[in-house]
Amino acid sequence: MLGWLLQRVAQALLVIFAMSLVVFLGLHAVGNPADLLLAPDATQIERAELIARLGLDRPLWEQYLNFASSALQGDLGRSFVYNVPAVTLILQRLPATLELAFAATIFAIILGVPLGLYAGLYPERAFSKLIQTGSILGFSLPTFWVGLLLIMTFSVSLGWLPASGRGETVRVFGVEWSFLTLNGWRHLLLPAINLSLFKVSLVIRLTRAGVREVLPLDYVRFARAKGLRRGRIVVMHILRNIMIPLVTVLGLELGSTIAFAVVTESIFAWPGSGKLILDSINALDRPVVTAYLLVVVTLFVIINLVVDILYRFLDPRVREEASA
Amino acid sequence: MTTVPAASARRPANSALRRFLRAPSALIGLGLLALLVIGAVFAPQIAPQNPFDLAAIDVLDARMMPGSVSSGGDITYLLGTDGQGRDLFSAILYGLRTSLTVGVGSALLAGLIGILLGLIAAWSGGFIDALIMRLVDLIMSLPSILIALLMLALLGRGIGNVVLTLVLLEWAYYARTARAQALVERKRDYFEAARGLGLPTSRILLRHVLPNCLPPLLVIAALQVARAITLEATLSFLGLGAPVTQPSLGLLIANGFQFMLSGEYWISFFPGLTLLAAIVAINLVGDRLREVLDPRALK
Repeated sequence: MLGWLLQRVAQALLVIFAMSLVVFLGLHAVGNPADLLLAPDATQIERAELIARLGLDRPLWEQYLNFASSALQGDLGRSFVYNVPAVTLILQRLPATLELAFAATIFAIILGVPLGLYAGLYPERAFSKLIQTGSILGFSLPTFWVGLLLIMTFSVSLGWLPASGRGETVRVFGVEWSFLTLNGWRHLLLPAINLSLFKVSLVIRLTRAGVREVLPLDYVRFARAKGLRRGRIVVMHILRNIMIPLVTVLGLELGSTIAFAVVTESIFAWPGSGKLILDSINALDRPVVTAYLLVVVTLFVIINLVVDILYRFLDPRVREEASA
Repeated sequence: MTTVPAASARRPANSALRRFLRAPSALIGLGLLALLVIGAVFAPQIAPQNPFDLAAIDVLDARMMPGSVSSGGDITYLLGTDGQGRDLFSAILYGLRTSLTVGVGSALLAGLIGILLGLIAAWSGGFIDALIMRLVDLIMSLPSILIALLMLALLGRGIGNVVLTLVLLEWAYYARTARAQALVERKRDYFEAARGLGLPTSRILLRHVLPNCLPPLLVIAALQVARAITLEATLSFLGLGAPVTQPSLGLLIANGFQFMLSGEYWISFFPGLTLLAAIVAINLVGDRLREVLDPRALK
């Protein structure tokens, strides 16, 4: 177990290292920041001084070490546009993205588990076939297009829900949250549904497959033979057993949900980190792009690591496999 | 699990085709796809207007309803016009052209690179195998949008850069399947026989192993084309993909988005519908291909 853990942590660190290297070489080392910072009529001496001050005359590996060590201290430069530290900017916007991602995940469970359960228990019914087809569509439809349809239907035609922004927020622990006000919920609903589309399909698939797998097993048949009520069998015996893989996959999906929030945030003008990165790419605001990529990759790797460890911990079968 | 009856791998192609056509969903997909491809290929002949020819566009005709007649009286705008007064039907045909080219082009290029690397990994084993496969793991584990953001932040927008990004994202899927398949084929008798004959490695790999690995790779190719088209549309919608001068479907949808809130739905709805049709058609064909070609799905 310990060996596996060390290996897994090393792997996670390697991914972050590789990403930092790519980001450094691609965004940090390409082009000369001195050209951006100097006035056009600067003399060669001023230029040389600035280059020396920024450390641009050092060998590349030394520049990387500088970059990495300041990155570890949370310093990835100041935004050209907002003139505040890039990391601060990302961290300010991140809660909105996290709120959206968590809401989407919760929607996926609320919608996906019952539908998957139904499709798994009654695979021959017409409604189950509809659920199956729907889940295929959910996988293949482009998120942004569904988002537009949602706006077209619920905001423009029906006028039920707002199409953009976060609405009223409440400040808790110094961070603004939308989900604490009714108005905020109304703003959150459409984006969260939009972002959850792919995950709903995933949950339906997993739940259905899990039910199909567990249903013919001896312990379920035994429970039935004992005369337990059907509802009890479904909740206590079937659902409980498919929860572990379900939660694991959703946990692993959380990272990519945060990344894919870029699309949803851009459609619904949700002021999260994804909206920020798009604006920053278009404005060539390099420090912010660098900071976003590093923060999100690190977050992604940490989430996956934690989920992976928890999974080993929770499921005794996997635990034994790992130690064997 | 991976042992496959030898006969199913060498089924005559025409019987596979016949089985493919037996499913109605596959026929619908294929018909829809043929329609879209014809529309895209013959766009200059079919389109009533060249949407890139500024002389042909009348700004006064901007945002006209579907079915309106142009102010010059010579064109009926079947699907209406966009914000610049372009005939939307023409713009969609040209946009489809860009979208399909990018999708198919990137899938082919990624297939070429991925299959080659997969075969090399399976053949050489050891360090090279580990290196290639760790790279595959890395790409497949990171969210595709994150890699795309990184690449396009680095390279800037443009069709070529989008294709490059898609290739980087897709090759891993081919490589993994090609490697797994090649490792299975390696244990077969014909492989030993070919080696016994002293054939050169490249010939064994390309003429003997590769054809036997093709069925699952074809399925992957179909699904990757759909994935590429979706991702390209998404990136273009976000303003990171196709340049304004060469609008793909995604960019057309993005351009219409601002008018949607004022009720002029058609400017982004029809390009979206076309995109949807393309993705669904390819997926239907791909799904049926998998059912026909994948021996594990045969039950």
